[in-house]
Formats: sequence, C-alpha cells, structure tokens
Amino acid sequence: MASLKEEVEEKKKLIATLRNKPWRMKRRLKLLKECQAFVEEFEGALGKGKGRKLYAYKVMMAKKMIKFNRDFDNFKTACIPWERKIKEVESHFGSSVASYFIFLRWMYGLNLVLFAFMFGLVVLPEVMMGLPYGSIPRKTVPRAEQDRAMDISVLLDFGGYCKYSILFYGFYNDERTIGVLQFRLPLSYLLVGVGIFGYSLMVVIRTMARNSDEGGDGGDDGQFTFAFKMFTSWDYLIGNPETADNKYASITTSFKESIVDEQENQKDENIHLRRFLRVLANFLILCSLGGSGFLIYFVVKRSQEFANLDQDDLSWFEKNEVEFVMSLLGLVCPPLFETIAELEEYHPRIALKWQLGRIFALFLGNLYTFLFALFDEVNAKLEKEKSIRNATIWGLNEYYSNYSSYHNTTDIPPPDIHPADVIRGPCWETAVGIEFVKLTVSDIQVTYMTILIGDFLRAMIVRFLNYCWCWDLEAGFPSYGEFDISGNVLGLIFNQGMIWMGAFYAPGLVGLNVLRLLTSMYYQCWAVMSCNVPHERVFKASKSNNFYMGLLLLVLFLSLLPVVYTIMTLPPSFDCGPFSGREQMYNVVMETIENDLPAFIGNIFTYATNPGLILPAVLLMVLAIYYLNATSKNYQNANLELKKKMQMARDEEKNRRNNKENTNQVMQDLEDLLPNRSLLPPAAAEEKPPPVREKGSKSPKVAKRPGAAANGKGINIQKDVSLAAPNPKAAVTHPPGPRGPSGNARGPPPGPARGRGRGTPPSRR
Amino acid sequence: MGTTASQLRKDLLSEYQELTFLTKQEIILAHKRFSELLSKEDRNIPTPRVPMEKVLSLPELKSNPFRKRICHVFSTSDMKDGSLTFEDFLDLLSAFSDSATLEIKSHYAFRIFDFDDDGTLDGGDLEKLVNCLTGETDDTRLTTEEMRQLISNILEESDIDKDGTVNLSEFQHVISRSPDFVRSVQM
Repeated sequence: MASLKEEVEEKKKLIATLRNKPWRMKRRLKLLKECQAFVEEFEGALGKGKGRKLYAYKVMMAKKMIKFNRDFDNFKTACIPWERKIKEVESHFGSSVASYFIFLRWMYGLNLVLFAFMFGLVVLPEVMMGLPYGSIPRKTVPRAEQDRAMDISVLLDFGGYCKYSILFYGFYNDERTIGVLQFRLPLSYLLVGVGIFGYSLMVVIRTMARNSDEGGDGGDDGQFTFAFKMFTSWDYLIGNPETADNKYASITTSFKESIVDEQENQKDENIHLRRFLRVLANFLILCSLGGSGFLIYFVVKRSQEFANLDQDDLSWFEKNEVEFVMSLLGLVCPPLFETIAELEEYHPRIALKWQLGRIFALFLGNLYTFLFALFDEVNAKLEKEKSIRNATIWGLNEYYSNYSSYHNTTDIPPPDIHPADVIRGPCWETAVGIEFVKLTVSDIQVTYMTILIGDFLRAMIVRFLNYCWCWDLEAGFPSYGEFDISGNVLGLIFNQGMIWMGAFYAPGLVGLNVLRLLTSMYYQCWAVMSCNVPHERVFKASKSNNFYMGLLLLVLFLSLLPVVYTIMTLPPSFDCGPFSGREQMYNVVMETIENDLPAFIGNIFTYATNPGLILPAVLLMVLAIYYLNATSKNYQNANLELKKKMQMARDEEKNRRNNKENTNQVMQDLEDLLPNRSLLPPAAAEEKPPPVREKGSKSPKVAKRPGAAANGKGINIQKDVSLAAPNPKAAVTHPPGPRGPSGNARGPPPGPARGRGRGTPPSRR
Repeated sequence: MGTTASQLRKDLLSEYQELTFLTKQEIILAHKRFSELLSKEDRNIPTPRVPMEKVLSLPELKSNPFRKRICHVFSTSDMKDGSLTFEDFLDLLSAFSDSATLEIKSHYAFRIFDFDDDGTLDGGDLEKLVNCLTGETDDTRLTTEEMRQLISNILEESDIDKDGTVNLSEFQHVISRSPDFVRSVQM
C-alpha cells in the first residue's frame, strides 16, 4: 500500500520534471501518457477504505490548483506590457540596448505602485473627504496674487493655482481625522512618505538578489575567455541582417584582439609618464567637478535674490536659471570627461568604468550642492516665518481683547476674515516641492530636446544632405548616432533619485513621473528604431545589470537622508501642510499612539525606544552579520574542496580508461618511494589503485595482463579458490607465474595480496 | 484559415503545455506560424513536415549562423533532411524560450555545435564553429595561424581530461560559469 503510494508520487514527480529532459517530443509524450494512465488507475485504488471521499477530494483540489496556477502564469505573462516592442528593438540592436528598455519598464512598474500608494492614501482622501478649495487660508490663493493666478507663465512656474492645489504639501489640512471614515490624514501622509522608501528598498534588493542568483557567482572571470567568446557570444535574439553583420564583425575583432593579447606581453613603455598623465587627468576632472558644484551654488544663491525682486522684471532665463544650469552641466560634462580620459590610456572596459564613476560623481555632487543651497533657503524662510507667526498671534490677541471689551462676552466667535486676506507664512515645504518639480520638468524637457536634436535632426541632416555634400556623411563624420546606454540609464537613475527626494513635499510629483516614463517608453522606442544604428562594438548586457541596481540602491539611500533629516529636525510651517502647529513632524505618530491606541501599546513603545534596549539589539545585529559572513566563507572553502575532489576523481577515471601512468602527483611520489620495483608484477598498473580502493575492492578490476584469456583464467581460478576447498590453491600459484615469488612475500605489493586475499586464509587453516 | 484540421486539439494543447516551457498563447501562436509554412496539400496529412528551406525563411532563424545545424538537431526525419514536424518545432521553441533551464539549453547548444554528430567537439567542429561566427565574407575570416592559436587556447581552457575534445560534461561545466549564456540563447 505504502509502496504503491510512493510509486504514484514518483510518477507524479516524473510528470512534473518531464519538460527538463532533453528528449524528443514523441518519447516524452509516450512517457507522459503512461505515467498519467498509471496515476489515474492507482489513485483510485489508493482511496479505498476509510477517508476515500476525503482523499478523492484532496486529489481533485490538487489538480484544480495546478491548473489554476498554470492559467494564472499564462495570464501574468500576457499582462506584461510592451513585450512586442522590446522584442523588436532587441532583434535590431541586440540584448544590451533592449536591457535599457527592460529597465525602463521595471521603473515604470515601481513608480506605478508608488503612485498608487500616494494617490490612494493621501490625495484621494483629501480631495474627497477634506475641505474644498477656498475654504481655509492654506487652500486659497492670497489676495495679492489673485489677479495673476491664472496666467500661463505663472502656472508654468508652478505658482498661482498650481501652488495651492493637491500637487504640493501646503494644501493638506492638519485636522486629526477627516470625513465620515475618521481617516487620519496627517498620520497617513507621514507613513506613506516613509513607506515609499521602504517599498522601493524592498523591491530593489529583491531584484538584486534575483539577478545575482541567475548570473552565477561571477567569479573566475579570466578563466574561460576564449570558450565564452566561442560558445556564448552569438545573440540568438538578432533577427536583422544588418545587425547580424555587425555582430560578425565585432566577434571577429574580439577574437583577433584576444589572440593578440594572449600572444603579446604588454610592455609598459614609460610608467612614469603614464602615471603622471593619469594624475593630471584626475586633477583636471576634480577641478571640473568642483567648478560645477560652485556654479550651482552660485546660481541658487542668485535665484534667491531674484525671488525677492519683482517677478515681472525677470526674464524667463533668469527665472529658470538653476534648472537650466544643472541640465547644461549634465549635458556638457560627460563628453568633457571622456576627452580628458583619453590622456589615461586605459583598457576600454576599465575606461568605461571610470567614466561611469565620474558621471555618477558629477550628478551626485550637483544634486547635493543643490540641496545645500536649498537648505539655506529653507532656513531663511524659517526665520521669516517666526516674525510672521508672532505678528499673526499678536493680531489675533488684539482681536480677542477688542472684541471682549467691546461686546462684553467671553464667548468670542472666530474672526471674520476672508481666507484670501489672512496673513500667510512662507510655506517652506511647498517652496522645496516646487523646486523639485521644476527641476524634474526641466530635466524631462532637456532629455526630449536632446533626443530630438541630437538624434532625429542629425539623422535627417545626414540622410538628406548626403546627396549634395562633399564627403560621405553616413560613413564619415556625423553619421548616425548610436544609442548611449549608460548615459540613459544613469539619467533614469538620477531622475528616480529626485522623485524620491521630492515625493514627500510634492505628492503630485510621482504622478508626473509615471506620465513621463510612459511617454518616454514610446518616444525612445520610436527614436531608437528610426534614428539610431546598431553599435559597432556590441557589448554584453549581463553583468552590468546588477551594477545599475547597485547604483539605484545607493541613490535610494542618498535621497532618503535629506528627507529623514527634515522630518526629524526641521519644524513644520505653522500654517500649511498636514503637520502645521506641531513641534516636529513625527509628533503625529506620538499623538496617535497616545490618543488612539490602547494604553499598553503606548507602554510597549516607551520601553522599546529605551536606549538600553536598542543598543543590545544593534549589537545582536552586528554579531549576526559577522556570523553570516563567516558561514559564507566556510561554504566557499567547501566549494573549492569539492572542486578539487572532482578534478582528482576525473583524473583517476581518465587514467583508468586510457591505461596510462598515474598523473596524480601524490601517487607518483608514492610509486617512487616503493622499495623494489622488481617486486611489482609486470602488470604495474596494479599498484596504482589508492588505498581507498582496497577496502571496497572488486577483484575483477585487478589485472591488466597482456592476455585477456589469462585474465579470465586467473579470476576464474580465484573464484574457484574462494568458493571451493583450499586444495586447488596449488593450481592457483601456477598461472600467475610471475607472481609466484611475490606470493610468499605478503608485504608491500598490495595487488597480489589483495588478489589473494581470498585465497590465503584458507591455506593457513 | 482555421479549418478544423489545422486547429490544435485541446487535450494535445494541455499536454504540450505540460511538456514544454511554453505558455498556452505561445503554443497556439507557434501552431499558427507552423501552419502558414505548410503548403496546401500538406495541411491535411496527420503529421505534416515542413522542409528545411521553409523553416529557414522564418525571421528569427534567417540571420542566425547556426540555422542549418538547428534544423538538423531538432529534426526527427529519417532522411536526415532537416525537415520539422510540429512537435519538433515545439521542441525548438521550448529549448530557446526564456524559461528553459540551463541544462536543456546547454544540451541542445552542444548538439548544435557538434557539426559531425560524433558526441564530442573536436578540432574540426571548433574550426567550423569559428568560421560560422566570423561570417561569410573573406575579410572577416581568421587566418589559418590565428585559427590554430584560437583552437588551442579553447581546448586548453575547456578540455579538462586533455583528450583533445570537449565532451558534454566539460561543455556544461564551462557554460555553467557563463553569466549570459541563458540570456543570449533565446528566441
């Protein structure tokens, strides 16, 4: 009964793994039908006796589950958007360009989820259950700005009606609960703001783990260069003859390069000159990085001065100076770095890594300088706010005292001022949000313009002017552009970093980004197919995947820092946003714990935040990391040992098959040590079986005698010896003639002794 | 279009789903493409075969340097002419799909690279392989000297038991260390 069940399980397992077997379909189909018939026949039999109905029910549910899973998988694959488009790009340009679009699609998915969070938990409740526009001061355009609030130029600058809308932080009210559902908006705002980072972190790390799993351990890079080039360089996704030709050429070039590399010894012609040049190049680049940082700082300071002047006097250029300068730097510096890097004369792959690192440093430096400059602005606004706040409180007190002295009551109604006329503080959070949104928008504009001019216009010029130009434009100087993968990916990563930083202050930013990614996908797919040509040096896409994910993770942490810092230290504005009136933003959480949750949870939190508890927890985590590190090192060592063992086993088997001498160094040394080689029988191969073999010995393996017949006879006779009486032992000594003398010396030669192992004991009886 | 003879039976469809790495839509699409390749008379015979030239006209295979070998490897025809039935075609698509395992891909890749079908990759096979990869024209081919050097380097790297050929387990060992084999062997 049990064995039958086991068989059924085995057949089921076989069915599940059938697709992994490299057999012909006919054979697999036959086997599948057999197994299925077997399972059906005996599954019914197993269900006899008690619990038959339950068993049959379980089986049916299992089958339905499998079918459901399969249908769900099918559905999931059908839901992935843009699959055809990406495959088309892949067949024309190879897998490395397509990897950018796959990355873009992944980002789109991430942003969609973030948008769903922000929209569903913050924007929607405020819109549906909160107070409408114009009811309270923070939601109304101040009287002074009202006549210009609808101007397109003001709107494009995100002032006017845009500023006092759901797009920005300042619109949200600070009531503890709103609407029928008692929805706690301030708490939700804070939690969503932090939750965005948490979710992004989780998704990025999960993708990194999955990528590193598929990619193998990435070790031993230089070990198999040629074999890899040979067996894995062809990209089977290529379906376009032009790309195929390019691929052929690049494969040939890479073969020739590797051959030459292998043959030649690199002679360092002049180490000192090269080192000097490299130091010079790095110095120049540091200078340019510093220069760009200073430029941004200067421009942001100037924009603060401009903000104090009357807006009408400023030109468009002066108003958008900051964003313009930042985008310009992002365009100009990378080619500059590339030109300077020519001095260094690195191998192309290393040069690419340096280039990426420098561009990364550039973007990071720019972003952080921008943040610091912004920070100064925030502090200035906080100062201004104090005075306005004092003025407002003073005004309110005046009103109360006048009213009570005039009407002689203590029950004073709130002052009857139109919301648009109330004195308003400079809402620094909304100002920061506006800055980020403007930066993102200008980044989008610059990217699209670059593609339009750099690729499309260039392609049109090359195509149409070629008819009437002196030299061949297509083959010579401008020619068609190639798709700059690393530049685009870095741009995408930094764009995401800006979104992460700005999402807390401008909830509408995430929605804006979703739109941008959507249009980007279509726009760039079109641009790539119509204006670009496949790369001449076709690059591998694989290992870079985790590199870009690593960059994304770094950017995530770096954008987390400013937001968390502001949440923890800066006081919120007193009259705008969901945290107005509180000392710190995170006080919302404290209040909720005190007022809304049962008392003991509050106690738990108080205990949990005690430093005496936190320090040991941190210590425990450090110890856990150390332990995991040590275990992973041990596993790596065990791996190496296993590899060595495999190698040795292969060597042994090879020797056995090919009848050669022992190539294992240890065994060779052992052979040399043996006292008298003449003692060994001519079938010297007998000596080679290592001691291990003796224990599990099988006598037929013994003799590699010249004649198979003699071999057979020897063995047969030995068998006779072991089975029959000791007498025939006399006959045994004869055929193994040369062995005779050694038979007496029972010592060193393991072979004969082993062969005789069965024979000897009976003789001694 | 879509006569009853050229539709896939439901039970067969579910069995194919069980046995290959393809989803239901992919199998149906494959059946449609396969039927388009058949000539009119062939459509009504029970297990139709598509001759090799027609298969090679598929866009995915047209630019592939190994297209003829692929057809030969997946073909079950007795005449060794590289013609494919629908089941062979499904085998092909399943081996090249992106959910196929490394073992399946490496197994089939080995057979594709084994030009003389002797179960090992010897010097002749490797030479033909390199010539396929470097293209048809004369100026992209390698010289004899370079070829010799290349082949000796490859054998040095991958031939573990030093018998002058690369057998299946050595090949799989090399491939398992490669990070982008799985991604590149796809259609």
